[in-house]
Amino acid sequence: MEQAPPDLERQWQPAPLEPLGHTDAGLQAAVGEEAEGSRDEVPGDGTMTENNFGLKKIEISVSEAEKRTGRNAMNMQETYTAYLIETRSVEHTDGQSVLTDSLWRRYSEFELLRNYLLVYYPHIVVPPLPEKRAEFVWHKLSADNMDPDFVERRRIGLENFLLRVASHPILCRDKIFYLFLTQEGNWKETVNETGFQLKADSRLKALNATFRVKNPDKRFTELKHYSDELQSVISHLLRVRARVADRLYGVYKVHGNYGRVFSEWSAIEKEMGDGLQSAGHHMDVYASSIDDILEDEEHYADQLKEYLFYAEALRAVCRKHELMQYDLEMAAQDLASKKQQCEELATGTVRTFSLKGMTTKLFGQETPEQREARIKVLEEQINEGEQQLKSKNLEGREFVKNAWADIERFKEQKNHDLKEALISYAVMQISMCKKGIQVWTNAKECFSKM
Amino acid sequence: MEGERLASPARSSGLPAGGAGGESPGVDAPLLGSSGSSTLLQAEVLDLDEDEDDLEVFSKDASLMDMNSFSPMMPTSPLSMINQIKFEDEPDLKDLFITVDEPESHVTTIETFITYRIITKTSRGEFDSSEFEVRRRYQDFLWLKGKLEEAHPTLIIPPLPEKFIVKGMVERFNDDFIETRRKALHKFLNRIADHPTLTFNEDFKVFLTAQAWELSSHKKQGPGLLSRMGQTVRAVALSMRGVKSRPEEFMEMNNFIEVFSQKINLIDKISQRIYKEEREYSDEMREYGPIHILWSASEEDLVDTLKGIASCIDKCSKATEKRMSGLSEALLPVVHEYVLYSEMLMGVMKRRDQIQAELDSKVEALTYKKADTDLLTEEIGKLEDKVECANNALKADWERWRHNMQNDIKSAFTDMAEENIQYYEQCLATWESFLASQTDLHLEETSEDKPE
Repeated sequence: MEQAPPDLERQWQPAPLEPLGHTDAGLQAAVGEEAEGSRDEVPGDGTMTENNFGLKKIEISVSEAEKRTGRNAMNMQETYTAYLIETRSVEHTDGQSVLTDSLWRRYSEFELLRNYLLVYYPHIVVPPLPEKRAEFVWHKLSADNMDPDFVERRRIGLENFLLRVASHPILCRDKIFYLFLTQEGNWKETVNETGFQLKADSRLKALNATFRVKNPDKRFTELKHYSDELQSVISHLLRVRARVADRLYGVYKVHGNYGRVFSEWSAIEKEMGDGLQSAGHHMDVYASSIDDILEDEEHYADQLKEYLFYAEALRAVCRKHELMQYDLEMAAQDLASKKQQCEELATGTVRTFSLKGMTTKLFGQETPEQREARIKVLEEQINEGEQQLKSKNLEGREFVKNAWADIERFKEQKNHDLKEALISYAVMQISMCKKGIQVWTNAKECFSKM
Repeated sequence: MEGERLASPARSSGLPAGGAGGESPGVDAPLLGSSGSSTLLQAEVLDLDEDEDDLEVFSKDASLMDMNSFSPMMPTSPLSMINQIKFEDEPDLKDLFITVDEPESHVTTIETFITYRIITKTSRGEFDSSEFEVRRRYQDFLWLKGKLEEAHPTLIIPPLPEKFIVKGMVERFNDDFIETRRKALHKFLNRIADHPTLTFNEDFKVFLTAQAWELSSHKKQGPGLLSRMGQTVRAVALSMRGVKSRPEEFMEMNNFIEVFSQKINLIDKISQRIYKEEREYSDEMREYGPIHILWSASEEDLVDTLKGIASCIDKCSKATEKRMSGLSEALLPVVHEYVLYSEMLMGVMKRRDQIQAELDSKVEALTYKKADTDLLTEEIGKLEDKVECANNALKADWERWRHNMQNDIKSAFTDMAEENIQYYEQCLATWESFLASQTDLHLEETSEDKPE
């Protein structure tokens, strides 16, 4: 449903890949006039459900999921799930919300959005998407992407992703994000036209390659270490939790068999019959109560999973810093060697080996003119190199500053969210215990009346 | 559902996906160390044959004369004291107290076997002394059971624990197995002691009191092995006949036994399976808790929360262990004993049928005048008496058995429910205390932030 306001369309330009530090201003301008008035309204509190977007607050929800069939790029029929994204703007005055946009997106489009954000905001810890395939499953959960429970949990995860982006002080102002919510047709083309894939640093993906960096920022080294630990410990936790869930399921469900057998047995008993029968009923109740309990726990697992994936986002930022630092050091090294070459040419002494020097010795000296020419070229290169080094240094410092600001924001968010999740886990256990007490008290009464 | 007992409705809950229906989980003899007192027979309503009244009166008088249940003079084992205190209604009429303990391994060149110490304390006149201590091995118990069955073919003899358990048993003599067996043997002897008829059986007395060599020589008396084997073959042939002419009440009884046997076997399997699942759950929990501690090492701000959760999980894991131990003490042995009882009952029915068949075949012979009619008539007369005795004995014992079974089952399941309640209450307290500590902390933090 295309409802982009006409004035925005007019003013929109593809978001340029500005050197970091200028991005905000650039995009802000691209969003349109309305944005300028909103600069003082930028939310710093990271509210999850609302976002200051232009003058209006926005509520985002992924409200439905639908199975679709279509043809893919290779003209083969495929089945996929589409998700309905609804955006509401909230009037300041009366707090009522009006549906402004509603469109359908599939998971791959979310991935495209995220990949775009990763390229354009390498200093930001970009919120992760819910998992592509179900992992850490225990036997009841299907690993099938079409399974309704999986789809439902994914719907919630996608909504969570959008809310995270919308409440991020910088990401929320991105034009492509805005269009993702508002421009159904052609959005993919629009994103691709930014050419972000070309601008992506392929080295970022090569996670295994090591770059020997002599002077990394220690904080980033520590952060990378932390993100590795976080990933490892949460994976382990989720794995064992899945096994615990499996076992718990077994304990509860086997009790259900009592129900059936008691019922059959009660048929031949005179005095015991009633007690057996009703106790059996409670065993059934007990056995079926585990389904809801474990479904709740699945939500808890999803909350942990989000931070498992956030660890990757953290690592990506560290990686970017590493690469920038590496490039910087390489540039400095290159500059130094060029300066040395220049010096040697000028003074005629050869301290370092150079092929040119060798060949000159073997096949005859070069003429002074030739030498002058070479010096000139080198001096130009050195000049350029010094400029580049300067700007790289600046870039690097800007990056560290901005990245670290976002990392601090992220840390606070993480501590808050994880604590909440852990406490909610305790609340779930309490609820499970209370149910257990009730069922077994009832059962005990029935048994004692037998 | 309440009113549907007769229809035996199909239940929707099948066996869990993780395991095949009906599979035996393997009896792992799941017993942990315990101070257990065995589940006991309540004071029973005695409903006996007329001939046995005298004996009953005699023993009652004896107990009343000598002492009351709580007299310190009476040489009772602590176990039986507990037994007595459990009785709520009438004061206990027990005058025979038996304990089975101290399993000991004996190694000879031919074999290795275990003996159990049996201590008997009694006030009965027919015993030479008031206290006896002997050692017996499983074989001896088998012998005793055989003798009791011989002497009282239609009484419900208590079951013995299995000879050995093939599945899942690597070593015949591991500790759990021995302990389970010891408890079952203890139960076996006490059940006999509590039985109004069996308690006065002569072989029983010899079993409890004779020294090893005395027992051996006593065993050699009685019908030889070959004649016993011959009897078995004949018996099988006869029992087929007896089934057809079975009186109505015994048809009902047989029907009950069949259904009961099926159900109790299922309950046995289910209970063993639950134990196994709880064991595996507890194992996983023990790995689950420490991960939170590991995590707390890299999270400054979440240390308290994470450690708190780890501690709760550990406590719940321990509570699960306790629940399992309760299950293995209160429920599993009782259910298993009744599995064995149900086999016994089928044997009793067979023997009754055999006795009836004997009579029927003689009657048939008389009808067709196959042999000397006078002799036959005499034999038939005797057999009619025999059948009547057998039927009456069984009927009475059946009532008694039903009554005990009801109490035992009720008690076992009530205990199991109680164990579960306590388990959940313990876990609840743990988590609630953790939650309270977290909210307290939060309040402290926020109050610190407030400007004064």
